[in-house]
Amino acid sequence: MHAVTLALRSLAREWKSGELGVLLLALSVAVAALTGVGFLVNRISLAVERQATEVLAADLRLESPQPIAERAAQEARQRGLRVARKISILSVVFLGESSQLTNLRFVSGAYPLRGVVKVADVAFGSGVAAAAGPVRGDIWPDSKLLTALGARLGDQLAIGATHFRVGKVLISRPDQGGGFGELAPTALLNDADLGVTQLLQPGSRAGFALLFAGDSTRINEFRSWLVTNKVRGERLLDVSEASPQIRSAVDRAGHFLSLASLVAVLLCAIAVAMSARRYVQRHLDSVALLKTLGASRAFTLAVSFTQLFVVAVAASIIGSLAGFSAQAWLLHALRGLVMADLPPPDLLPVAMGFLTAIAMLAGFALPPLLQLARVPAIRVLRRDVGAPTPAIWLAFGPATSAVAALIYWAVRDTGLFVAFVIGLAGFIAVLAAGGFLLVWLASTLRASVGVSWRYGIANLSRRRGESVVQIVAFGLGIMVLLLLAVVRTNLVSDWRRTLPANAPNFFFINIPVSEGAAFTAFLAKLATKTERMLPMIRARLTHINGKPIEQERRDGPPRGAAVADGDGRRDRGGTSGGTPGSNIGEGFAQREQNITWTDTLGDDNRITEGRWWTAAEHGKALVSLATEFQEGLGLKLGDQLTFDIAGEIQIVTVASTRKVKWDSFRPNFFIVFPPGLLDAAAGTWMTSAYLDHNAARSIAELVRYFPSVSVFDLDELLTQVRSMIDKAVLAVQSVFLFTLLAGLTVLLAAVQATRDERRYESAMLRTLGASRTTVMRSVLAEFTALGLLSGLLAGAGASLAGWYVATHLLELKYSFDGWVWLIGLAGGALLVGSAGWLATRSAVTQTPLGVLRGN
Amino acid sequence: MLTAEKLTRQVTSPEGTLTIVREVSLAIAAAESVAIVGPSGSGKSTLLALLAGLDVPSSGRVTLDGQDVFALDEDGRARLRAQRVGFVFQAFHLVPSLTALENVMLPLELAGRRDARQTARGALQRVGLSDRTGHYPRQLSGGEQQRVALARAFVTDPAVLFADEPTGNLDRVTGERVAQLFFELNANSRTTLVLVTHDQALAGRCNRILRMDGGELRAATD
Repeated sequence: MHAVTLALRSLAREWKSGELGVLLLALSVAVAALTGVGFLVNRISLAVERQATEVLAADLRLESPQPIAERAAQEARQRGLRVARKISILSVVFLGESSQLTNLRFVSGAYPLRGVVKVADVAFGSGVAAAAGPVRGDIWPDSKLLTALGARLGDQLAIGATHFRVGKVLISRPDQGGGFGELAPTALLNDADLGVTQLLQPGSRAGFALLFAGDSTRINEFRSWLVTNKVRGERLLDVSEASPQIRSAVDRAGHFLSLASLVAVLLCAIAVAMSARRYVQRHLDSVALLKTLGASRAFTLAVSFTQLFVVAVAASIIGSLAGFSAQAWLLHALRGLVMADLPPPDLLPVAMGFLTAIAMLAGFALPPLLQLARVPAIRVLRRDVGAPTPAIWLAFGPATSAVAALIYWAVRDTGLFVAFVIGLAGFIAVLAAGGFLLVWLASTLRASVGVSWRYGIANLSRRRGESVVQIVAFGLGIMVLLLLAVVRTNLVSDWRRTLPANAPNFFFINIPVSEGAAFTAFLAKLATKTERMLPMIRARLTHINGKPIEQERRDGPPRGAAVADGDGRRDRGGTSGGTPGSNIGEGFAQREQNITWTDTLGDDNRITEGRWWTAAEHGKALVSLATEFQEGLGLKLGDQLTFDIAGEIQIVTVASTRKVKWDSFRPNFFIVFPPGLLDAAAGTWMTSAYLDHNAARSIAELVRYFPSVSVFDLDELLTQVRSMIDKAVLAVQSVFLFTLLAGLTVLLAAVQATRDERRYESAMLRTLGASRTTVMRSVLAEFTALGLLSGLLAGAGASLAGWYVATHLLELKYSFDGWVWLIGLAGGALLVGSAGWLATRSAVTQTPLGVLRGN
Repeated sequence: MLTAEKLTRQVTSPEGTLTIVREVSLAIAAAESVAIVGPSGSGKSTLLALLAGLDVPSSGRVTLDGQDVFALDEDGRARLRAQRVGFVFQAFHLVPSLTALENVMLPLELAGRRDARQTARGALQRVGLSDRTGHYPRQLSGGEQQRVALARAFVTDPAVLFADEPTGNLDRVTGERVAQLFFELNANSRTTLVLVTHDQALAGRCNRILRMDGGELRAATD
């Protein structure tokens, strides 16, 4: 007989024995966890790849914070290229009393030159390609904006000095970036309408872009022309420059989620090992019999391998289907954060899922199977003869290799791999030690509880190893879910609460110099408390100590990294008012900065080196730097910095460095000049203020009076941040739900492994006079105790890790939450108690006679 | 046909080396039936295992039709069993995941026989179980299970049949019926039979009785 035939023939009967079911479940959960994340990342990556040519909505893009001269557009048209225009400006959009800070993008009729704009009639609807851009008087808000305002098609939205009709809902546009949206929602408008809004004033913060497309030869020639003819401040972008940053962001997010799903995979591996051990135990007799009847070792191995291979294939199919559904759920959870219009995934995650299933079987089931094949035939006559004990390398080698390969696949970075392995091993060791301690403590309570609990807890102590494995598996799953909740609470809610009650909650920028006094007066009537008003102008650092900045960067690369904005380009905003970005170093060197000048050092600034200027030094070529900027570029007192400020060159000496308390929410800048040096330069003003809830309604009035002023509602921004964090946390929690599922598979495997023992014990107990209820209660007590211990471990772990993350990583004040413990305990008891009871019920409800007779 | 020369089997235990079978020599002719009897722990099952090549002796040799059984490796001995040897056990040892017919087919298929299904059906018919071919072992009574085991043992027409307490797990009436069938089949197929049993009546049906005591072959009775 062919081994495959025998294996398949007996598979259906094997299924009834249970351990193949647990094996299938464990592998399916592992495959689902991996493929769920895999499909999601795969779809986003495909979108990024496909969009590589569309990411600019053009072949070539010229950007500038200043209006771009018509010459470039004329030159392009003469060369037979297509040209489109795009002006981006941040402003508040109103519908009645509702308002929303929005990225307004005014585009010309030819936009987009590459890719398509997709629109729908309802928010988050299925997009269809728009034949042309918005007509004059129309606005196409994205789903986020429409939802935030509660608007519908046909509604009139107020922007600056005019109103726009909602014509369509913007679902996607080619240059929105690789899947990750922006903080503020977006709306598309016709560029001919920009004038009537009066949003654009001299010195306003806006982004100007010219888009070019055409055949590659002409584009290349035109690129050369642009390189020599573009003016200072203009930046040329082509596809090669635009996409790698998005891809790396997607890669990083993908690696994180893969690692999160890997925790579930590793737990499932434990269940696989347990099931495999039971499989081997149950097959000792049949393998011995097969050998007695003349089967070779290879034949018996082939039978087992075939059965496991079939299980792996089935698990890959079931897991991939579940993973695909999980991915749809994740996408739903991330709605608004990830673009809705993703291409379907390819089959790569399915292949990965299958390989994972095979790797888990090879690592955790192969060693016991190899031992199974070595069972001597004599076992048919002598039941005490089992499989020989495997060599250490065979027992642990494949498992270690499989785990290492899976982790390395997820991180693909040696340093991170080592850190993760050490971290995980340490973490599990601590959890296991905690588990042992809890089981021991529980066993000391035996004397003081009733018979059911005593028997249940006795079972936990007796199967100490298995109990600890289960406590760790469930504890880990529950803990991660609780930890995410703790961190989110601290990060989102408590942070705002720690600020002074009247900390500014509104920022105002783009205040024209001519309207400064009127604006201040208007604001003073509305606000409970207003802050200093500072001038703001753009400047570019060109030289450090006479060396061009590019050379300076080559000689000694500055520290820090840049971040990508929603357009997938390097953030060039550098808004110094408000909190600083993390984009120090290279970012500082590359982009324009907002600078200010003032004679007063605010009490939220502390000089760390040098000294603040005296009245006599006003008008001198000095500069004061925030420590972030100074450290990012490796500057020191006395260094000479050359700035290009609206075409005028200023060489200034670093006179002081300041530690800025950014969370004062008052206007602050990285770079401050003394007054009298730049007073003549054209700029705008900015300020912040605290407005109470009622006064905040008057903002609409303020914007109507001062249409060019951009208003940032900090509470609204916080709401948006909270919503984004909530979505991200929900997605990560969803991934960690697989960890809990994996915990359940470990429990099932453990129950399965002790099934015969439990049947026999319950029969004995009932023979000795215990009622069925007593036996059931003891089972319930055992698993409830197991769940309580897991919950206790999870609550303690989540609180401790939450405290560490909040105080050390996020630098927030940690607030203890007793609910975390309660939820951990109740959740653990409920989940593990009911799952264990359900899994064991059938084993302990059989008649004692039947069990003792061996039926 | 089947010979053993100074067959010894020792095991090491915490108490020291234990000799389970000590220098047993015997010769069993073709078509002869031999019962090995003796008290529990006398080494009779170990001797059966050594004769069948299921266990490896500490010293001595076994030949089957002139072939030195222990000159073969484990897989070689398995092949030899597939071609020449049949077994009946006290605990039946049917494969629980296979039907009665599939259990009987198993040794035929392991020996590479193409007519396995047909032959197995015939074997089941001979033991009176043609209406139970699709039943799994759990669905059969003890007597029926042992009859399936008999069908499986004889289906390959083995040169030697080893039986270990074939009626030990059955009640008296069923045991007698199975024993009757067992010896009928053996007589029809002219198979060499080596039977280990406590049951004097069963042993008495054999041509020769070998008595084991303390691991040694004490006496032989015709």
